[in-house]
Amino acid sequence: MSAKDIPKPTNDTLVEMYRRMHRIRLFEHKALEHCTERLNRGPLHLYVGEEGTAVGACLALSKGDFITSTHRGHGHCIAMGGDVKMMMAEIIGRATGYCKGKGGSMHIADLDLGIMGANGIVGGGIPIAVGAGIAMDNKNKKNVILCFFGDGASNTAAFHESLNMASIWKLPVIFLCENNLYGISGCAKDTLNICDVAERSKSYGIPGVIVDGNDVFDVYGAVKNARERAISGEGPTLIESKTYRWLGHWHADPCRYREESEVEEWKKKCPIKRLGEHLVSEGVLTKEQLGTIEKEVIREIEEIEEFALNSPFPNPEEALEDVYV
Amino acid sequence: MRKINYTKAVWEALHDALTNDDRVFLVGEDIGVQGNIFGATYGFLDEFGPKRVRNSPISEIAIIGSAVGSSILGMRPVVEIMYIDFATIAMGQIVNQAAKLHYMSGGKFKLPLVIRTQEGGGTGEAAQHSQSLEAFFAHVPGIRVVLPATPYDVKGLLKTAIEDENPVMFIEHKLLYTTKGEVPEESYNIPFGVADVKREGKDVTIVALSKSVLDALEAAEVLSKDGIEAEVIDPRTIDPLDDKTIFDSVRKTGRLIVVHQACRTAGFGAEIVARVIEEGIPAKVKRVAGEDTPMPYSKPLEDRVLPSAEKIVEAAKRLLK
Repeated sequence: MSAKDIPKPTNDTLVEMYRRMHRIRLFEHKALEHCTERLNRGPLHLYVGEEGTAVGACLALSKGDFITSTHRGHGHCIAMGGDVKMMMAEIIGRATGYCKGKGGSMHIADLDLGIMGANGIVGGGIPIAVGAGIAMDNKNKKNVILCFFGDGASNTAAFHESLNMASIWKLPVIFLCENNLYGISGCAKDTLNICDVAERSKSYGIPGVIVDGNDVFDVYGAVKNARERAISGEGPTLIESKTYRWLGHWHADPCRYREESEVEEWKKKCPIKRLGEHLVSEGVLTKEQLGTIEKEVIREIEEIEEFALNSPFPNPEEALEDVYV
Repeated sequence: MRKINYTKAVWEALHDALTNDDRVFLVGEDIGVQGNIFGATYGFLDEFGPKRVRNSPISEIAIIGSAVGSSILGMRPVVEIMYIDFATIAMGQIVNQAAKLHYMSGGKFKLPLVIRTQEGGGTGEAAQHSQSLEAFFAHVPGIRVVLPATPYDVKGLLKTAIEDENPVMFIEHKLLYTTKGEVPEESYNIPFGVADVKREGKDVTIVALSKSVLDALEAAEVLSKDGIEAEVIDPRTIDPLDDKTIFDSVRKTGRLIVVHQACRTAGFGAEIVARVIEEGIPAKVKRVAGEDTPMPYSKPLEDRVLPSAEKIVEAAKRLLK
C-alpha cells in the first residue's frame, strides 16, 4: 500500500490526540497516587506508555461506532472522550462514578460515548464484540465495533471462536490486539509459538496488519482502513499494535519478569513525545502551545481529583439494587 | 382446544417473536436447514433468512457472547445451547458477563437475552448429555431460570422470557418435546415467579421441576388410590421463585417432597427445603432426586439413578407413617 493510500488525521485531530494522550498519562499517574494513598481498593491496571494505540485507534472511529475494552481500559475510555470526573469517582468507589461505585476500575462503561465497557476477564470482551457486530449488521448500520484485547487474550478460546464467527458472517468488527509483550509475567515469546499475533489472521481468512503502537499515524491509518472494509461488508480485520506498558501489570507489580533496560528502551519511543515533535516540526503548534495543552490537562486532573474526593460513597443498601432490571 | 406437542409450542412462541419483533434473532448450532435437532426452528431459515436465523459453528463461547453484545445494543437475541451440558463450555460468558453486566454498569446496560437449552436424563445419552444443571444458574444472581414442564407453560413462558429485560436461562427437557397438551392458538404470557398448583391435595406437598412434574402427577394418581391426596406444585421459574405458594401448601400438609432429576447434593431442592425451614414451617421433608453419580448409560443403571413415580410414592408413604 502506498503512502498516499494510508488515511491521515487532520491537524485538528492530531492536536486532540496530543491532548488526549496527555490526559491518559496524567490520569493514570493520579490514579496511581490514589493507590498508594489507599483511596481505591483492588488492583489498577495502568495504560502508561500505550497511549498512542488507544488514541490513534479511537479517533479513527465515527459517531455510532463502539468499542469493547479490557482490564487496562482507562486509556480506551479516555480516548473515546470518557468523562474523567466520573472515571476517577468510579475508581475510588463513589456514588458519582460511572457505575455508581458498582463496577470499579475494570468495568467503566458509557454507551452514549460508544464504550461497551472495560472487562475484568481476559478475552471477555471479544465474544461481546461479535454480538455488537451482529447488532450492527442486522440493523444495517454503517458502524463498526473496535475490540481491544492483548497478546495474552489472543491465546484464549474466546479469541478463536470470535474471530472465526466474525469472519464467516463478515461482521463489522475491528479486532485490535495490543501486544505489549507480557500478560502478567508471561512473556509473549514464551506463550506464543509465533512472533506476530497478526499472523493468526490467516486462520480466519482475514487481513492481518501490524502497526507501531507508539505512532498515532500508523494506528490511525490501519483502523481507518479496517473501518472502510468493515462498513462495506467485507468483514473483520486483525490489527496488531506493537506497544509496551511502562508500569507493571497492576500498580504494585514487582515486575520480576523484565529488565529496567527494556523499559528504558521503550520509553525512548514515547508516543506523546513523538507526536509533540511532529506537531512542532510541521509547524502545527509551537513548543509553548504544547506546554499550554499540558498545563490545561494538569489543571483538569486536579479539578477531577477534587470532585472525586468530595463525592459521597453510595448508600450501602444500593448494593442490593440493579441485580435485575 | 387443540392439542399440540411441546416442540410445536416452542416453535409457535419463537415464530410469533420473530414475526412481531425485528429485534429478535436466533443463534445456535443446527438451527438453520436442520430446524434444530428437535424441530423447534423448522422452516425458520427459509421464512426469516440467515441474519435472523444464524446457524453457528460449534462455538458456545461465541454464541453466548453474540447474545451479550447484541442485547446491550438493543437487540433481543434468543440463542441456543444444544444440551445444557455444553453450557459449561460457555460459563464465562454466562456467569461473568451476561449475569453481571447490568449490575456492574450501575444499571446502565440492559441484556434482554434468552438462552434456550434442554436438560435431563432418561434417553440413554449418558453422562455428558444427560445433566440437569439448573442449580448452577439459580446460584448466580442476575440471570432468570425457567423450567417449563408442559406445552401450555412453555409457550407462555417463552414469550415472557423474550420480552423480559433480563438474561434468561430457558431450560426445556429432552423427554418433554413429544408430550402433548392443550395450547391456545393465540400468543399469551405466563408471568415469572408464579408457581402452578397442578394438582390440589391435603396430605403431602410435592414440589417438582421440569419433567419430574409429570412423575409427580403420576405418583399422585397412584397415591390417590390409597386415599393419599398429594398437592403437586410446579414452580415453573426457580429464579424468581414463588416460595409463598410452597409455604402455604406445606403449612397445610406438613409434609414436603421435592423432586428433580438433578443430583441430590446441592440441587435446587436443597434451596426449597432451606427456605421452608427458615420460614419456621414444621414439616417432614424428603428430596427425591438424581443419585449423586454421573448419568450411566445402560437402562437399569439409568433407572436406578433417576427419580420416578414409584420413588415418589415410596417417599410419600414413608412421610405419612
